[in-house]
Amino acid sequence: MSAASGRIGASSWRERSVLPGFGLSFGILVTALSLIVLIPLAALVLKAASAGPEAIWALASSPRVQAALRLSFGAALLAASINLVFGLLIAWVLVRYDFPGRRFVDAAVDLPFALPTAVAGIALAAIYAPNGWIGSLLAPFGIRIGYTAAGVLVALIFIGLPFVVRTVQPVLAEMEAELEEAAALLGASRWRIIWSVILPPVLPAAMTGFVLAFARAVGEYGSVIFIAGNVPMVSEIAPLLIVIRLEQFDYAGAAVVGVLMLLLSFLLILFFNLLQAGLRRRLGHV
Amino acid sequence: MREGALARRLLIGLALTFLTLFLALPLAIVFVEALTRGWQAYRAALADPDSIAAIRLTLIVAAIAAPINIVAGIAGAWAIAKYEFRGKSLLTSLIDLPFSVSPVIAGLVYVLLFGAQGYFGPFLKSQGLQIIFALPGIVLATLFVTFPFIARELIPHMQSLGNADEEAALTLGASPWRTFLMVTLPNIKWSLLYGVLLCNARAMGEFGAVAVVSGKIRGLTTTMPLQIEILYNEYMGVAAFAVASLLALLALVTLAAKTFLEWRYADEIAAMRRH
Repeated sequence: MSAASGRIGASSWRERSVLPGFGLSFGILVTALSLIVLIPLAALVLKAASAGPEAIWALASSPRVQAALRLSFGAALLAASINLVFGLLIAWVLVRYDFPGRRFVDAAVDLPFALPTAVAGIALAAIYAPNGWIGSLLAPFGIRIGYTAAGVLVALIFIGLPFVVRTVQPVLAEMEAELEEAAALLGASRWRIIWSVILPPVLPAAMTGFVLAFARAVGEYGSVIFIAGNVPMVSEIAPLLIVIRLEQFDYAGAAVVGVLMLLLSFLLILFFNLLQAGLRRRLGHV
Repeated sequence: MREGALARRLLIGLALTFLTLFLALPLAIVFVEALTRGWQAYRAALADPDSIAAIRLTLIVAAIAAPINIVAGIAGAWAIAKYEFRGKSLLTSLIDLPFSVSPVIAGLVYVLLFGAQGYFGPFLKSQGLQIIFALPGIVLATLFVTFPFIARELIPHMQSLGNADEEAALTLGASPWRTFLMVTLPNIKWSLLYGVLLCNARAMGEFGAVAVVSGKIRGLTTTMPLQIEILYNEYMGVAAFAVASLLALLALVTLAAKTFLEWRYADEIAAMRRH
């Protein structure tokens, strides 16, 4: 500790502080982060690169890998969009209306954060499989959810559900009622108020929730594999391809699929963040 | 100026229907399926030696991961929240990085490092050490996915508290450690506990990352979520849902404790803002 405090103010890349412990805490953080996260991820990139450009291209352009990536990213985008709409609705209902059991429902929204994905997976399979609670009701109409791509979507909606609710809720709660009242007094219709007074400040927060839900859904594995049926080209998600490659001891192939997934999802997250920054600028607040 | 009673009821109804379909039903079916053959079958499923071994392993992994995450989380939050330095925002996003990495990739990276054909595989073999398909690999994969949880809760709280309390203690002659233990820790205890709760729920329930590194050797390297998968794939529905019901109970306890803390923690933050 004293060794760490001796360094105070010694460097120019940080502001002086009277608080001791920078060296120690910064050291622990960077060491743990490097050992647990950064070095292992570097190994992933290194391993993928060792496959060579031709092998990487062959894998990236193979129909099975493309179908899996399309499903993982497509279903994640769709699930995050559905959660965006219902997240706004749920946040609105929880903040603005009072109904019996509201606090209980509010607490329950976090269930997907707390419930292990494997538990969610077998539960959703039991509900939406053709012989399940809801699956058997839909089967006579020829609608199948379990063991199809729709099953993947259901699982991703489940695990992404809390994000938009939790990012939008505080913004809605802090919104000043005076603005709405002023708009109403000036003769704006309720729809107009929702559209031009309530929605603009809420949208950037909703977008943050959307990106979080998307990022979580893209890589999701546990809740999906039980309900998806995992049919190659149809309901096989990208993380499962990694598992299959590993089981065949094709480390480089697994690493290539992993890097492709990370690259695509970081590019999309970057795109959404830029979009959100533009949104914030246009709507004129920080 | 508000929506009419009908619109209000319609919106509440729509939200509750969505939540029932996607939250209440999955939770309910876990307990219903676990108990379809009665208490006897439920208890027999949980008394199975493999299931007991899985419960033990899950507790061991969580018990190892928690203290490491607590130390790294507090250190990380202290460095980020208490000082201004270049590259701080980059470091903050790096802490959050595991949230946007697939759990399967979190497991994969350790196989690439420590697996039989991994970078350190031959060295580990010559030393007679095993990381993949053994406890250390499971702990590492768990640490990867749970890394951000505690720091993420502590950073905003410590930032909002500021440095004044610590500076006062130091000025009055308290040692750095004493300042940390008597001033900082009591200030952040609720958000720390909150982070530990979330971190623990994820650690005990992690599936994808652990599935990749565990090798799923029955009774040895299967955690509870992996045991659920094995039982489910063998069409032992009652047993799978019985183990799942324990994890679902853990989730409910976590949610209840979290809700209680949010309530406490909100009071404290409100009190803090008042002065």
